[in-house]
Order: sequence, then structure tokens, then C-alpha cells
Amino acid sequence: MKSTARRRSYGVKGAPYAFLLPAGILFALFFALPIGYAVWLSLRKVKVSGLGLGSGARKEVWAGLENYTDALTDSELVSGTLRVLGYGCIVVPVMLGLALLFALMLDSEKVRLAPFTRLAIFLPYAIPGVVAALLWGFLYLPDVSPFYFVLDKLGLPQPDLLDGGPLYLALSNIAVWGGTGFNMIVIYTSLQAIPAEVYEAAKLDGATPLQIALRIKIPMVAPSLVLTFFFSIIATIQVFNEPTTLKPLTNSVSTTWSPLMKVYRDAFGEGDIHGAAAQAVIIAFATLLLSFGFLRAANRRQKQEAAR
Amino acid sequence: MPYAKRRRLVTSAVALTLGATTLAACGSDSGDSETESGPVSLTYWTWTPGMDKVVDLWNKGPGKKDQITVTVKKQASGDTLVTKILTAHKAGKAPDLVQAEYQALPTLVSNDALADIAKNVGEAKDSFADGVWQQTTLGTDAVYAVPQDIGPLMFYYREDLFKEYGLTVPTTWDEFAETARELKKAAPDKDLTTFSANDSGLFAGLAQQAGAKWWTTSGDQWKVAIDDAATQKVADFWGGLVEEGAIDNQPMYTPAWNKALNTGKQIAWVSAVWAPGTLTTAAPATKGKWAMAPLPQWSASENRTGSWGGSSTAVTTDSKHQEAAAKFAAWLNTDSKALNALAKESGIYPAATNAQTSGAFLKPPAYFANQADFYSKAADIAETTAPSAWGPNVNVAYTTFKDAFGAAAKNKSDFGAALKKMQADTVADMKKQGFEVAE
Repeated sequence: MKSTARRRSYGVKGAPYAFLLPAGILFALFFALPIGYAVWLSLRKVKVSGLGLGSGARKEVWAGLENYTDALTDSELVSGTLRVLGYGCIVVPVMLGLALLFALMLDSEKVRLAPFTRLAIFLPYAIPGVVAALLWGFLYLPDVSPFYFVLDKLGLPQPDLLDGGPLYLALSNIAVWGGTGFNMIVIYTSLQAIPAEVYEAAKLDGATPLQIALRIKIPMVAPSLVLTFFFSIIATIQVFNEPTTLKPLTNSVSTTWSPLMKVYRDAFGEGDIHGAAAQAVIIAFATLLLSFGFLRAANRRQKQEAAR
Repeated sequence: MPYAKRRRLVTSAVALTLGATTLAACGSDSGDSETESGPVSLTYWTWTPGMDKVVDLWNKGPGKKDQITVTVKKQASGDTLVTKILTAHKAGKAPDLVQAEYQALPTLVSNDALADIAKNVGEAKDSFADGVWQQTTLGTDAVYAVPQDIGPLMFYYREDLFKEYGLTVPTTWDEFAETARELKKAAPDKDLTTFSANDSGLFAGLAQQAGAKWWTTSGDQWKVAIDDAATQKVADFWGGLVEEGAIDNQPMYTPAWNKALNTGKQIAWVSAVWAPGTLTTAAPATKGKWAMAPLPQWSASENRTGSWGGSSTAVTTDSKHQEAAAKFAAWLNTDSKALNALAKESGIYPAATNAQTSGAFLKPPAYFANQADFYSKAADIAETTAPSAWGPNVNVAYTTFKDAFGAAAKNKSDFGAALKKMQADTVADMKKQGFEVAE
């Protein structure tokens, strides 16, 4: 009797862990282990002796934090970060602004062809980033672009979109074109979740559609705005597809244009897996810091507002 | 590292026991190196199109007799494959045979990924020009690969447009610059050619022609001379042309570049023997209007060219059947039947000297049907190829080239400074890795 009771209590205690086990194993295998391996690689380096030819001339040794100090003092990584910052300053406000605007317009009562419009705005998101960048790259090249053909025929100035400041606009445009639809759907979905009584009450109080949008809809979808902002920051820091695809088309995009491109170049272009691992860890850490910092700040504000 | 030491033991054991059965107890690895007994199957990583058909000839012919079956695994070309081979080698799972560009060989050897097959392919040496063979030995007694194809540099130009603008085919680089200027005068919206910063191989080949030796060894030390006088001369020459606007500065292999060639906006191209293939797809409308001439020289008395591209077949240290793999590599690149098939199925220009003027190379490429002596001319040019000198971090030099020269071409600024950066970054990388580098 006693023993069965003990066994049963033991079984009950163990149950949650048993249920957690599959998730835990998957997390360890496909998340913790690869990250741990990257960290391990980042703490090591290759040491060559002499000419480095023949067997045994190349050894992997402990590097400590050397790869990290190298990465943090690398001017290319810093200027890459600044370039991406500039790019993000264009992409994030424009994309989210447009997404919010489209969502509000689709949610308004007088809209026609809503399902079609929704799909049309969302569709670019379904196009793979590399394909989108290729497509736009074609349109940006003066010699093959139909836009330039039209500008030429009209006698208008033809800006070089693949150089200097306009390059940022050209890259941002690809991201905005591809990302607006997704963010719009997220915001639109949460607009749909607002109960109709709220609008009814507002209308009875004499609120105009614009007032409803500004005073009711936007504050009520704030959580999804926070979410889309959070996603956008991460996507910006990790920008890789667009500049990599445009790189062969112009001299203005270097192989280290964005931090992630530098990681790729160092790992697969120059064969420095260890240095690249250190940079990847730094970028991951910065992403975590930035995105969770933002989430916490946003949560705190919401709590304060709720308390008021 | 104990692992590396063990590996070294096993590898030397493999080398020692090739062909002998008595030492099989040494370990399972060395036991497997018994290639002559029992069927052997080999894996071959290559990017050459149509290679599977060439390998079929082996599997049905000499391979069947020797019970050596080769399986082709199609790969992406160039640098990506080097990374893939090194990653597979790290896990001890590299394929038996790999295709490798000449400039990648030192990197692969320095990672101990390639086996020394001097014993098995030694007699193949006579089939190749000395300058080509030397690239597979890295100046040592070892042989790390069998040359497959080469890419001697030549000068391609629009014969019709040269006539139309009254231009003569330049035989020296001074004349080349003059031709570019004359064209600008005659047709300001056209360019003789472009300086493209997106393929480092062309610049390396041009420097090679000028006599540059980027990596050399003396004793136990590397000497890096990317910014030597010869390369400096080449960089200044092209930088000057870009700066004065005599030629274009936009990259090659873009839709815009294709269009420029196809519409006659650019009327010449410094390229290698494989250019007909590229032109066929890039400029289909101008078929039959191009002609090929030797590369312009630095002085009228010289007759030299550099190379752009070209690759070899190598056997990896991970292969358990290195002797059989070497046998196949030698067959593939020296047997006349195999070379014929390579020319027909894959369109490669063979490294083997006598194949350059036989079989598929008796007739000019379809794109150059107007130039009947295309391949005999090409073979003469190939003979003048200057020796090359590759080092263990060509990849680093190449990526630095793309960024530094890309920026310089864009800003029309000093190419010499870009070259200095290429030298500095390459040396810094070697030192960081621990190579002995002489200053």
C-alpha cells in the first residue's frame, strides 16, 4: 500500500517533465547544441606552422576572446552596422507606416474589392527575397530597365539608383515592397478582433471615421504594432538577400555591406570559420539585446497606461 | 592535437602500404587502400556540365576492366566548392575525386585535403605544358592534381565595328589605350571595354602576363608580392583608363553588360579561350561578328599571356582508394577518347597539349565560324602562358580585390591604393593564421 502511494506520487511529480522531454530534446538538439557549437568555434582559431603545406601543418588551437576583440575592432563590421542602421531608418518607418495605413483603409466600411486588394498587397511577401531582389535589380539597371527607357523618352533626369544615397532607397524599396503585405495582415487581423460595440459607441458619441481610426483603432492595435516593429528590427539587422543579390550588378555594394554579409564572406569566402562564428555570436547578441530591450520598453509603457 | 597526429600516422601508413598486403593490420583505413583487388567505387565532385557522360565512357571501358566505378556528383563551381570540400574533409568525408581551380590547390593542400599522387600520375607530366603542370606541384616534388582545362587570355573584338571606326587591333597595351581613346573620339557613347571588379581571376591573369609572382616561397617562408612592380603597372594602366573615362567601369556578367555586348556598346573584351561560350549566351545577336587576337603585350618584343580560370582533377586524402582515383584522373585528362568527350559534352579547352589541336578543336567554335584558325591560334597563344604563383589564401586576396577595386572603379580613384590594400589584407590574414611570411 505504502509503496504504491509513493510510486504514484513520484509518477505525478515526474509527469510534467515527461511531457516536457520531447520539447527539451528538440530544443537541445536543434537550438542549444548548434549555438553552443558556434560559441565553441568562436573561441578557437587555426594555427598554421611554417609554409602550411603538407599534413599536420594546420592545427586548431584555443583562441580565448581574440576573435571577439578582432571583430569588435574591425572597422568594416562597424561601418556595415552603420549602413544597416541607415537602411533600417528608411525601411522600418516606411514599411510599418504603409502597413498600418493599408490595414486601416481595408478595415474601413466603405472599401470595395477588399479581398482582392488584401491579396494584391500581400502577394509580394509570397515572392522569395532573392527573386524579388533580382527582379528589382533588373529594373534598377539603366541599360535594361523599362523605367529608364520611359524617363529617357520623356527627357527626364535618370538617377543612378545603384550608387550612393539612392542605393539605400533602392534596397529599402525591395524590403518595403516585400514586407508591407505581411505586416499589414498582422495589423489587419487584430483590427478585425476589435468588437463592433466599441465602434458603435464611438459613433453614437459623434466620432468621425478619422477620429475612430486615430483614437480607437490605432491604440487598440498597439500590441500588434509592437510585434511588427519587433519583427522588422530583427529582419533589418539580418538583411542579407537583397544586397547580396544586387552586389554583382554594381561596384557600390561591397562583400561586407551588411554585418551578416561579412559573416558569410569570412566563413565561406575567406575560410575563417572561427572569426565568422565570433561575429555571428556578436550579431545574435546585439539582436537579442535590441529586440528584447524594445519589447520590455513597450511592455512597461503598456503597463503604465493600464495602471493610469 | 592527438587527432591530427593519428591522422598523419594513418596517411603515411596508407602511402607506405599501397600495393602491399602485409601491413593491413595497421588499421582498417590502410587495409582498404588495396585497390587492385575487388571492385572499387569512387565519388567525384565536379561542376563541369556533361561530366556524367564522359564518366560513362570510363565506367563502360577502362573502368569496367579494372572494376573501378566512378559516380559524378554535380557541384557549384569555384570558391563554394572549395569551402564544401574543406568542410567535408573536416568530417573525414570528402569524396575520392574533386575538381579544383589551380589557384585553389594551395588552399586545399594547406588544409591537408589533397593526396600526393606523384607515384600514380607521374608519366602524365609529358602531356602538359610545363607552366600548367607546375601549378599542380606547387613547386615541390609532390603532384596534387592532374590538369584538366586551361584559360589562356586573349583579346576579343568586334571585327565589323573596328573596321567601321577605323581602329586597328592593338598589339601592345599602349596601343590598346590609344584604341580606347580613338573610339571615344569617334563614338563618345561607346566603350572599348570595361574594367570589372567582380572577377578577380582576370586581374590575376593580367598581372601574371606582366610577370607578377604573387606568392613565392623561400625556405620555410612565404613571400607575398601582390603589389610588386609588375602588378602595380597593370593596376595603374587600368586605373588610368577608368579615370580618364576611356573605358567603362561597370561590372561584367550583369544584364546591362550582356546588352552592351549584344548591341555593340562595348566592342571588345579581354577574356580567355572559353569566351565563345559566354558570348554565345551574352551576345547572341553578334554571332560571327567577333574575332580573336593575341593579348596586347607590354612591349612589342614580348609574347606572353596570362590565364583566367582553368581547373584540375585532384584526389583527396580522405579517399580510401587513392591509387584507383589517380588512375581515373590521369585517364580523364590525358586519354584522347576522354578529352574528345570532354570537349564535345562539356565544351572545355583541354590542358593536354596534343588535344588542343585535334578532334573537336579542328573546327572553330560555332560562334567564331568566321575565324577558321581559331583553335590553332589559341593553341599557339596557350603555349606562351606565363607561369603562375598561387598561395594558400588566394580566396582572401580575391575578395579583397572585389571590394577594394570595386570601390576604386566606382570612385575612379587610385588603383594603386586598392592594390596596396589587397597586399596588406592578404599578408595580415596569413600572419593571423600563423604562416611564416617574409617581409
